[in-house]
Amino acid sequence: MDDMYREFILDHYKNPRHHGELDPADISYQDDNPLCGDVIRIDLRVDKDNRIIESAFSGQGCAISQASASMLMEEIQGKSLDEIKEFSREDILQMLGIELGPVRLKCAMLSLKVLKVGAYGVQDWVDDE
Amino acid sequence: MSLVELDSGKIRAEFPALSREIRPGVPLVYLDTTATSQKPLRVLEAMERYYRWHNANVHRGIHTLAEEATAEFEGARTKIAEFIGAQDSREVIFTRNATEAINLVAKTWGSSNLKEGDRIVVSEMEHHSNLVPWQMLSAEQGLEINVLPVTEQGELDLREWERLLNKEPKIVCFTHMSNVLGTLNPVAEMCAQARDAGAVSVVDGAQSAPHLPVDVRAIGADFFAFSGHKMCGPTGGGVLWGRAKLLNEMPPFLGGGDMIKRVQMTGFEPNEIPYKFEAGTPSICEAIGLGAAVEYLESVGMESIWKHEQELISYALEGLGEINGITVYGPEAHKRGGVASFTLEGVHPHDIAQVLDRDGVAVRAGHHCAMPLHTKLNVVATARASFYLYNTQDEVDLLVEGIGRVRDMFR
Repeated sequence: MDDMYREFILDHYKNPRHHGELDPADISYQDDNPLCGDVIRIDLRVDKDNRIIESAFSGQGCAISQASASMLMEEIQGKSLDEIKEFSREDILQMLGIELGPVRLKCAMLSLKVLKVGAYGVQDWVDDE
Repeated sequence: MSLVELDSGKIRAEFPALSREIRPGVPLVYLDTTATSQKPLRVLEAMERYYRWHNANVHRGIHTLAEEATAEFEGARTKIAEFIGAQDSREVIFTRNATEAINLVAKTWGSSNLKEGDRIVVSEMEHHSNLVPWQMLSAEQGLEINVLPVTEQGELDLREWERLLNKEPKIVCFTHMSNVLGTLNPVAEMCAQARDAGAVSVVDGAQSAPHLPVDVRAIGADFFAFSGHKMCGPTGGGVLWGRAKLLNEMPPFLGGGDMIKRVQMTGFEPNEIPYKFEAGTPSICEAIGLGAAVEYLESVGMESIWKHEQELISYALEGLGEINGITVYGPEAHKRGGVASFTLEGVHPHDIAQVLDRDGVAVRAGHHCAMPLHTKLNVVATARASFYLYNTQDEVDLLVEGIGRVRDMFR
């Protein structure tokens, strides 16, 4: 558990990257985890090749949910929507570099869920994806 | 009854889980009793004794084990009836928990006594268990739910209460003690006023029965519900107490064995109370465990337990109040039980709970099954520390120090 609040995770929480909203945006999506009250909104601007040229997230929640969103925003810069499709739970866990129990896993995955549902309208998102 | 200072060493020795460590060298500081209490040895032993020696189904058995099991099971009902001051042990109905008890009232009394347009008053500080069953009933029968609001001080708005009673509700539902704010509500006055207004009262006693002397007749409620697992008993054993007259008039809850007197292929005749509401093999072991739990609590003394918790919450509110950036919700110490819900500026309650866990301090974080109350408080979640007979001032100190460390970490 000591690992969970590593310096760089706390740093992303306290100084989130790409934080804010984009107006106008090509893709905007928001979702929450009512159980803990985490909320994440993601705005994306893409070029004609569906490559992400700008991204921003906003919302509130625990350190894990917010830090994971901040890291994810850095990760997707310049990537195409097709490449994002390949993002998995393992990628997020690798990005965070920590192990998480089932409750906190939902916090960590919220930003990926918002990103994928926003980009593709994935209707069959399962939380343990 | 004389007040006895609790001997915390002796009490803690009764609870095996309290002696464990979360990590080597880090003892458990269990501050989550509001969710569920730890269990004392004599409850564990009573349950094991039943399964080892007396295991048989209850009622109608002619053999020795069945008679023993029935005596233990019905003995538990009698002990529980005495514990809550019920006049008649037939008024004690075994359920799975307080939630099931309240659903029972909604499904049986509610569906046979309410009609479209009737009003229900429900307080804003309810646990979902005393809110959602009424919402479900409302949706089925076209009832109107009137909300009894919570004031800025975290108490029920008693002026609004009188106004709502003037609208002649058929049923009023409120908690004896809030599981978030700790607020102790003036249930006896409220039940008397409800009765004068012609309304039936349902009191959620899930947070009061474990912590303070409860006398259902003095409270004057029509129904009183509580869960055994929050008062040293096992999960799966709860109680609905109701007035015999009302219970007799109500239709049965679930259908099956035990709840019938006679069955033909085309119909049935329901059993007497309490069996009318206890279809199927009951949670025998859980009832026996709850019986042992109330016996244990009585041996310590409910007045003494309440006084101990009052001292702890006063001490805790003082210590918590000194932490920078903290907001503690609910009324002052003498108006509440041993529950303190709080938020810390810039730190999500989940992170508070997670960091405290590293110090062995177990608190809960979330909406504590009271989303509307959190909406009112304008927060998505709170962290909650709660106390019981086995907690000590030293543990409160560990909580306060732990929160200080959380704050420093996120500064």
